Amino acid sequence: MKEKKYSNKKWFNTVRVAWFLAKRQIKGSNKSTTFLIVFIMTLTFLNLVVVSGILVGLIEGGNIANKEQYTGDVIITTVAGEPDISRTHEIESTLSKMQGIENISLRYIENGRVEANYKTRRDFSTLPDVVATQIAGIDTKAEDSLSNLSKYVVEGEYLSPNESGKILIGANLLRRYSAGFGDYFASLEGVYPGEEVKVTIDDRTKTFIVKGIVDTKVGEVSMRAFMTEEDFWRLVDRPGINANEIAVDLKPNSTISADRVKSNLVSVGFVNDGKIQTALEAIPDFLNQIKIAFSLLGNVIGLIGIVVASITIFIVIFINAVTRRKYIGIMKGIGISERAIEISYILQSIFYASAGGILGMIVVYALLVPFFLSHPLDFPFSDGILVAPIGETSFRFALLLLVTLVAGYIPARNIVKKNTLDSILGR
Amino acid sequence: MIKVKNLYKTFKTKDLETHVLKGIDLEVKEGEFLGIMGKSGAGKSTLMYQISLLDHPTKGEIVLNGINTEEMNHEERTKMRLSTLGYVFQDYALIPELSALENVMIPLLMQGHSSDEAISISRKILESIGLAERINNKPSQLSGGEQQRVSIARAMAHNPKILFADEPTANLDSVSGNSVIELFQEIHKKGQTIVMVTHEAEYAKYCDRIVYLEDGKIVRESKP
Repeated sequence: MKEKKYSNKKWFNTVRVAWFLAKRQIKGSNKSTTFLIVFIMTLTFLNLVVVSGILVGLIEGGNIANKEQYTGDVIITTVAGEPDISRTHEIESTLSKMQGIENISLRYIENGRVEANYKTRRDFSTLPDVVATQIAGIDTKAEDSLSNLSKYVVEGEYLSPNESGKILIGANLLRRYSAGFGDYFASLEGVYPGEEVKVTIDDRTKTFIVKGIVDTKVGEVSMRAFMTEEDFWRLVDRPGINANEIAVDLKPNSTISADRVKSNLVSVGFVNDGKIQTALEAIPDFLNQIKIAFSLLGNVIGLIGIVVASITIFIVIFINAVTRRKYIGIMKGIGISERAIEISYILQSIFYASAGGILGMIVVYALLVPFFLSHPLDFPFSDGILVAPIGETSFRFALLLLVTLVAGYIPARNIVKKNTLDSILGR
Repeated sequence: MIKVKNLYKTFKTKDLETHVLKGIDLEVKEGEFLGIMGKSGAGKSTLMYQISLLDHPTKGEIVLNGINTEEMNHEERTKMRLSTLGYVFQDYALIPELSALENVMIPLLMQGHSSDEAISISRKILESIGLAERINNKPSQLSGGEQQRVSIARAMAHNPKILFADEPTANLDSVSGNSVIELFQEIHKKGQTIVMVTHEAEYAKYCDRIVYLEDGKIVRESKP
């Protein structure tokens, strides 16, 4: 027989033997049992990622919509107590000189009233059909480039530049769209494109033809009425021509960030002229709180899944090790180290968790994320998507591996540490 | 090679003590083929388990290759079993999901041989005992005699100093039993030290020396 060559790489050798044993045990195991275990691990992984992903996605979908349809990447609003954003056009000029800015939309806003159905009102003892709302004067082209407002016109048409006497009504101002809100908000009966409405700001009233109905899940958009900038100034009597909102959009691959735009504006000295916020900062605090609460809830549900998965692996490895106790004893008897046998069981656990996790990843990224993007969950204030950032998903994958590794090790250790001869003789 | 001094083994349960070995003194010389015989319950397998480091005696001393094994820790005993000892069990004790070749390979891999080396050594030894055509078969696809030959190949592959065999022919028919004993004889002729427990006198005759156990004691020795 050949002269023995002993490797000094003890650990490498131990892992090599463990790998050899684990591979053969997995290959030799019952295929349907293996499939079932992997299936359970896949479900566990999905439970871990998808439940919290959807809960967070309900809020995140709202945040994304808020950014895309309302705030843009940066929004400047009127400072509390001030009538408008002072030095609006200097800010606009500064922004337009910055690199990486794609669109800027100035919005002129006043509180006003919209009255409908006044022509058919017969009984003057009843209240008129009126809603109080914000009237926004916009540059139709700039606003559409920034917020794709025309895309959300669900009836009629979007405003054309320079046209006069036309108005867009937010769907939430109409009863047929806002019935779900019950009697919380006043709303107008009927009102279809082509019909006439009266718009009053302060004591000035003008009639407008409804050109379209705008429906989005962003409250600031669906609760407003929009007209051209020119019509706005015809209706409003206020000093100066400053705007009330400036929404700024960055180019898709812009090297400048929203934070940088904000800090540039601050450094130029516009800090007191308007309230400058990035889209993230403009998210109402309660939404962030809900997001945190949903995320926590998702994690709790996910943790329950992890516990179930670890118990599953524990039972699988325990039964496997118990039924193979005699062979474990024989292996120990012929000199295979306990560590190698334990690692072979750990490797089996890792195989089940990895296979389940990888399958879960494929399901999440190839199936569920695209599915929810094209078929968002219809939630009253958002279109819910599945939020599964690769970093977080990888962390959950690693967590699943770690838990199953421990769950595999404990029963293996329990069986392996038993007396060698007792194991061989089955006593 | 093996020196056993005043060896005792007692099994204790809650309210019962069973004295299985009662002061065994034994010496096995290098290259010797020792047979341990006795009636059922005489303590022959228990004696073999103690001297082959599969169990710990209650009292006494076992010196293997000049090393007092009772002073060795768990890891050192495992290492010695791997490097110095070989085992053949009554029920073959092959790992069911491994092929014949893989069963023989495991101790070699554990010793640090490369896969290629382990395959080559295992293949050679299996071929030498007439199992060339069966190397890829799982134990369930082999006959009892073939399984025991694989078990012997596994015990011999890493070139152990002492080969322990516990009733290696007990589960075999006479033809297979004879071929296994012939294999032992062949190995022994090459200088291998063998300690074999058996209750079959027809196979004991191949040993150099036989010790007889009765009620936990060696009652006599003989040469066939």
